Amino acid sequence: MNQELVQRLSELQQEVTGFIYPNEVEIHWSILIVVYPYITGLVAGAFILASLVQVFNVKEVQPTYRLALLTALAFLLIAPLPLQFHLGHPERAFEIFLTPQLGSAMAMFGFVYLWYLMAVLLLEIWFEYRKDMILWSKGEKGPMKWIYRGLSLFSSDISEGAVAFDKKAIKVITVIGIPSAFILHGYVGFIFGSVKANPWWSSVLIPIVFLMSAIVSGIALVIFLYMVITPLRGERIDMRCLDKITSYLFYAVIVDFTLEALDFIHRLYESEESIKILSKLVTGKLFVSLWVIQILLGMIIPLAIMVAVKSLKFDEELRRLLYFTSVILIQLGIFATRWNVVIGGQLFSKSFRGLTTYKMEVAGIEGLFTAIGLLILPFIVLTILLKILPAWETAEVKEGAAS
Amino acid sequence: MRGMLRKIPEQIRRLSIVIAIIIVGVVTARYVILPSSLTDRRFHRESTAQREVAKNIVFAGATICGNCHGDQAGKKKDGFHKNVSCETCHGPAQAHIENPSTKPTAARGRDFCVFCHAYDPSRPTGFPQINPVLHNPIKACITCHNPHDPVPRETPRECSACHAQIASIKTVSPHALIGCTSCHSVPVKHKVTPRSVRPTKPETREFCGKCHGKESDRKDAPKIDLASHGERFLCWECHYPHRPERM
Amino acid sequence: MNRRKFLKNAVLFVSAAGVFRHLLKDAAAKPTAGGYDPANHLYGMGIDIDKCIGCGLCIEACKKENNVPKEPFFCRTWVERYVIKRDGSVTVESIEAQKGKPRADEPDILRSFFVPKLCNQCANPPCVQVCPVGATFATEDGVVLVDSKRCIGCRYCIQACPYGARYLHPETRTADKCTFCYHRIVKGLLPACVEVCPTQARIFGDLKSMASRLVRFTRVNKIHVLKPHLNTEPKVYYADMDGEVR
Repeated sequence: MNQELVQRLSELQQEVTGFIYPNEVEIHWSILIVVYPYITGLVAGAFILASLVQVFNVKEVQPTYRLALLTALAFLLIAPLPLQFHLGHPERAFEIFLTPQLGSAMAMFGFVYLWYLMAVLLLEIWFEYRKDMILWSKGEKGPMKWIYRGLSLFSSDISEGAVAFDKKAIKVITVIGIPSAFILHGYVGFIFGSVKANPWWSSVLIPIVFLMSAIVSGIALVIFLYMVITPLRGERIDMRCLDKITSYLFYAVIVDFTLEALDFIHRLYESEESIKILSKLVTGKLFVSLWVIQILLGMIIPLAIMVAVKSLKFDEELRRLLYFTSVILIQLGIFATRWNVVIGGQLFSKSFRGLTTYKMEVAGIEGLFTAIGLLILPFIVLTILLKILPAWETAEVKEGAAS
Repeated sequence: MRGMLRKIPEQIRRLSIVIAIIIVGVVTARYVILPSSLTDRRFHRESTAQREVAKNIVFAGATICGNCHGDQAGKKKDGFHKNVSCETCHGPAQAHIENPSTKPTAARGRDFCVFCHAYDPSRPTGFPQINPVLHNPIKACITCHNPHDPVPRETPRECSACHAQIASIKTVSPHALIGCTSCHSVPVKHKVTPRSVRPTKPETREFCGKCHGKESDRKDAPKIDLASHGERFLCWECHYPHRPERM
Repeated sequence: MNRRKFLKNAVLFVSAAGVFRHLLKDAAAKPTAGGYDPANHLYGMGIDIDKCIGCGLCIEACKKENNVPKEPFFCRTWVERYVIKRDGSVTVESIEAQKGKPRADEPDILRSFFVPKLCNQCANPPCVQVCPVGATFATEDGVVLVDSKRCIGCRYCIQACPYGARYLHPETRTADKCTFCYHRIVKGLLPACVEVCPTQARIFGDLKSMASRLVRFTRVNKIHVLKPHLNTEPKVYYADMDGEVR
């Protein structure tokens, strides 16, 4: 018997208040399961932003289009990692593909993920970059030349007709991609929302709230990246683009806030049996992460900032500062949202009579360092992607061979 | 046909080849290459059931001990422990059946019987309980009680031997000095075979009125007017007689 | 012309072969060796709350029989102690730690009792519904088992169980829970917890049998199940269960 585990559980047992079922002392879905919906949320949100350009013809947002796609891809590639690290038997993960139990929302993960990766994201990126990749391959020498040729599947037709076809294909893929993105993140919400045993999770609204907060966080992430990368490239930030995206962010935050407020009011009003223990949870263990971080810092202050920006006339520099602050606060808030749902739902006993505690490991495969590492990794992947598939230079302008 | 193919844009032709390779690869791998032991659900379930069934038996069962230990089994058959199986006190015995030189445990001190018989107010009423600190300290339980036929050394005088919680409540109540048998008539057989015959409860208001009615000369009992107080209900339907005016 | 005909025949042949293979697999399914046919049994358990004395011997016996870790954080079965006082307060605790020590009296107790808990072997099990790889399933004779060779340890079933009956086994890193001592009951023995209960508070039986202690139990007692509103159709039936029991 693992002594360290027994020690940890004995410490947890000391901190239990009230009565919990004996098996409930350990929190099973740890910070990695908080990181996973956060990451897929960013994927869905970034893709929705990209779809604004294609399907809704919002031209002002064009400068961030390719960035949004690559961001979605970078985060999507890392998304399965927190799940793998969390499994008791990661070497058996392939069973989800071989013998999925079709009644389980989690079984859909493999197929939804692969569909979204291959039939939506990779395809759309391919069509978007095909012409540029062909041109770049012509301008390069050495290994990069072959990388570009391979990535473009050795295609060579860059006639106007072919390029027009590419654009039409992108539109079709985006139209398929929007519901696919909804399913990619919505099914995670459904995984929680369909657990009737847990009243904090079991709710019709959870998939919707997850989706809206995903859109909020995805848009905020693209704004953040755009505001960081553009000065690094030595370019000027396109304020028309930024103002437009932030508008969309504003609308998304309002919808998200409304839905969460609705869930809260509805719970209080119906006052079902679980309300007593949930009140204890929300006013005690989740006080800081819910009221301070998720609501005040993550929603109310950014909303106030954006309302101020919309109604008063601020100059460019102040607007940039305010936008940057808002998107960072929003990211914190959405991460806290995921934390409150996942960890919060496991902190109270299903007997409704007690609360346990979550002691996050620092090192260890499900620990804080792993979580931070998994959150940093997509940015590294994004850097590599941006080097291979630059988001702003078109093929004529690109100069020199990449290293 | 060739003309139609040529009309399909070049990038789609290339994509289709890649997609076709992927689909064919996946289908071949899943349906042709992989053995059914990996993919057949019925096979998994049957093998799981078989693995479960093959697990070790640790407890032997209540009846098999009597095959060799007829004396003890016979003694236990009619006593208060007749429904307590041998392995409850002696622990798992399958190993002993397979290899009789491995003996099961036997509790000969004071630390096992208390798992059941130490006083706990949550135990159902009528279950014999003692306070292990006060009840014949130091002596092993089996000194006075044969575990295979655990008749107490003497028939308990006090009802508290089996109704410890009620007795404990009554001790701090105004009725503390009233004996249980003042209100409950207890047939002698109840102390020997408790479940076969139960004591009675008072069936009239006048019974309590003997002390609490206006005409009674009992000085320390509060008085009420039997004719008007509490309509037609029996007194103990409202007042808890083991601790009146408190519960 | 020839190519078309060939293609058509090929498609027909492949689909026919597939159907044929499927039929063959179905034909091969037979009851397990030894004459035990799961289809003839449906197991359940009855718990008589008024008989439980909270001795905790069932918990220990289960751990011995099924190699459950000895620590109190992993239980296939446990016993809860309820103390309901006059002011309406309800205190509940799990009795593992208190064994053998005399308990002090508490003032103003209205009702107090013990409630043994275990996996309810639900007929509509939410844990089976959510398992992504089908590692947990219900057998034909009404027992929910976990295939520890296929469980990937995602712990969704642990989240989905409304009764807290499941835990992650620290050594196999797979989900684990009470199996009604499946390895004993198919051989006609009783589960270990039923075997050692000194007051027969636990009654095990076969709901399909013509002569069964469990069937009689459900005839003479008013029966409750835990959390009926969740529609899990538990097969552990409680008699004399108080409304405060969760």
